[in-house]
Amino acid sequence: MRIRRIAGRAGLALLVLSIVAYTVFPFYWAIVTSLKAGSALFTVEAWPTHPSLENYEAIFRQQSFGRNILNSLAVSVSVVALSLGLAVAAAYALGRVRFWGRTLLLLVVLGVSMFPQVAVLSGLFELIRWLGLYNGMGALALSYMIFTLPFTVWILTTFMRELPKELEEAAMVDGASPFVIVTRVFLPLMGPALAATGLLAFIAAWNEFLFALTFTLTDEARTVPVAIALMSGASQYELPWGQIMAASVVVTVPLIALVLVFQRRIVSGLAAGAVKG
Amino acid sequence: MVSVGGLARQRRRSAWLFLLPMLVVLAAVAGWPLLRTVYFSFTDATLATLDAYQGVGFDNYVWLLRDPVWWRAVWNTVIFTVVSVGIETVLGLVIALTLNAHLPGRGILRAAVLIPWAIPTVVSAQMWGWMFHDLYGVVNEALLGLGLIAEPKAWTADPNLALPVVIAVDVWKATPFMALLILAALQMLPRELYEAARVDGVHPVKVFFRVTLPLIRPALMVAILFRTLDALRVFDLMYVLTGNSRATMSMSVYARQYLIDFQDVGYGSAAATVLVMVLALATVAAITLGRVRFDPGG
Repeated sequence: MRIRRIAGRAGLALLVLSIVAYTVFPFYWAIVTSLKAGSALFTVEAWPTHPSLENYEAIFRQQSFGRNILNSLAVSVSVVALSLGLAVAAAYALGRVRFWGRTLLLLVVLGVSMFPQVAVLSGLFELIRWLGLYNGMGALALSYMIFTLPFTVWILTTFMRELPKELEEAAMVDGASPFVIVTRVFLPLMGPALAATGLLAFIAAWNEFLFALTFTLTDEARTVPVAIALMSGASQYELPWGQIMAASVVVTVPLIALVLVFQRRIVSGLAAGAVKG
Repeated sequence: MVSVGGLARQRRRSAWLFLLPMLVVLAAVAGWPLLRTVYFSFTDATLATLDAYQGVGFDNYVWLLRDPVWWRAVWNTVIFTVVSVGIETVLGLVIALTLNAHLPGRGILRAAVLIPWAIPTVVSAQMWGWMFHDLYGVVNEALLGLGLIAEPKAWTADPNLALPVVIAVDVWKATPFMALLILAALQMLPRELYEAARVDGVHPVKVFFRVTLPLIRPALMVAILFRTLDALRVFDLMYVLTGNSRATMSMSVYARQYLIDFQDVGYGSAAATVLVMVLALATVAAITLGRVRFDPGG
């Protein structure tokens, strides 16, 4: 009995270790590769014999990677601000007020999150050109609303609905308008929910590829994922793998830091968005 | 003095005012573009002539249904979806159950599992593309060293291997999402149930299939539906790992190639419209057959 228990524990530990190895190894390998310069790239070894930062220098000097990071940051931050602003207002209406067509609206919003991006490509392209936003960050910030708005609205509505009724009634007795109620009464209570949904929106915007690939044209206007996907070396047939891996590490480290710091928030946000949704 | 009914009416009016900005943006980026896509699919519009085109009736759809490359893309997408979502569900269950057992180092495991989820798909495609490199990849090296293969394989170039490779990368990337959703459902289960089962001496495997699985079924179905819809519209992975290669081309890759690379907006829009219909059908099927419930009542 005892031996069986120990064996069971050991088996479980082994399972945990293999899961961790499986999820972390590709990232470890990217770091190793990014530290290899020149022909060292073409030997397989657990740690580079002569680690070098050459690839990291190269992505900022030869490629416009610094600019790409700034673009991605600008787009992601504006997407978070825009979608949270629009979603808080909408969540108040959907979560606190009973009106005809409320359930239908929520289902429509959920339906939008199921749209394939490619299905709106031509219409969005036309709209973006008409607004004069092509090849700029505005085009991306606007188009990203299609996938950030549905889940921010959905999660914040769920959260808003659970806030105590008495708070709102007390404010209404004092003659507060809905605007004051949302900004002064509810907003201060929504810190955790805003952080969770904001993080999810940030990550979604930071990682987006299809719209960024289609609505930008020049190196300077690209976001990080497009830059990494299209990174090319001296010749067409020779991909600069060391540099690609260095760029991958640079954009992934902040994400991993965010994930480690906020993992509870992210998990609860994901769960609220999907399980309750 | 405002009557209660008047107050309620005033509240409803301001509710619509609060909703309006969100609805306008959603209509602009989702509703209107989708209508345009459906409209374009009945025309011969090109990217250069988006304002001068002629109606062609159902011609684009007829050509689409006659194109073997399109059917290959449909087939690829279906295989990709069924196999990767299937593996992700099983693996996700294993990881979620492990995370739910009270082990030391659970926090590290959860953080490690979140990493693939947070990484951009493009980055994970590049990382795995390098690991699967035909000449210098670590996968070939490892398999050669273990004697599992006799010679290096061109994983992403070989038409027979490319789709399995794409599926493998998707499994790595998306299993964490599955695991976390299942974990959330597991943590809502009442503990007493398990205590009772343990006292009665029921085998853990039996407990899983008789108690746990039926109870988390609703959450599991929602997670599977979400992943299925994501998988059906997959684009990034194929595009970065194998480009426009026919061996792995998904419906989204096919549609985008016509829309943007070939600038044939009419034909590409027809392909995109069919993809929307496939997704709508999958959703309806899931809701009726799988009895998935979206409960906006909270």
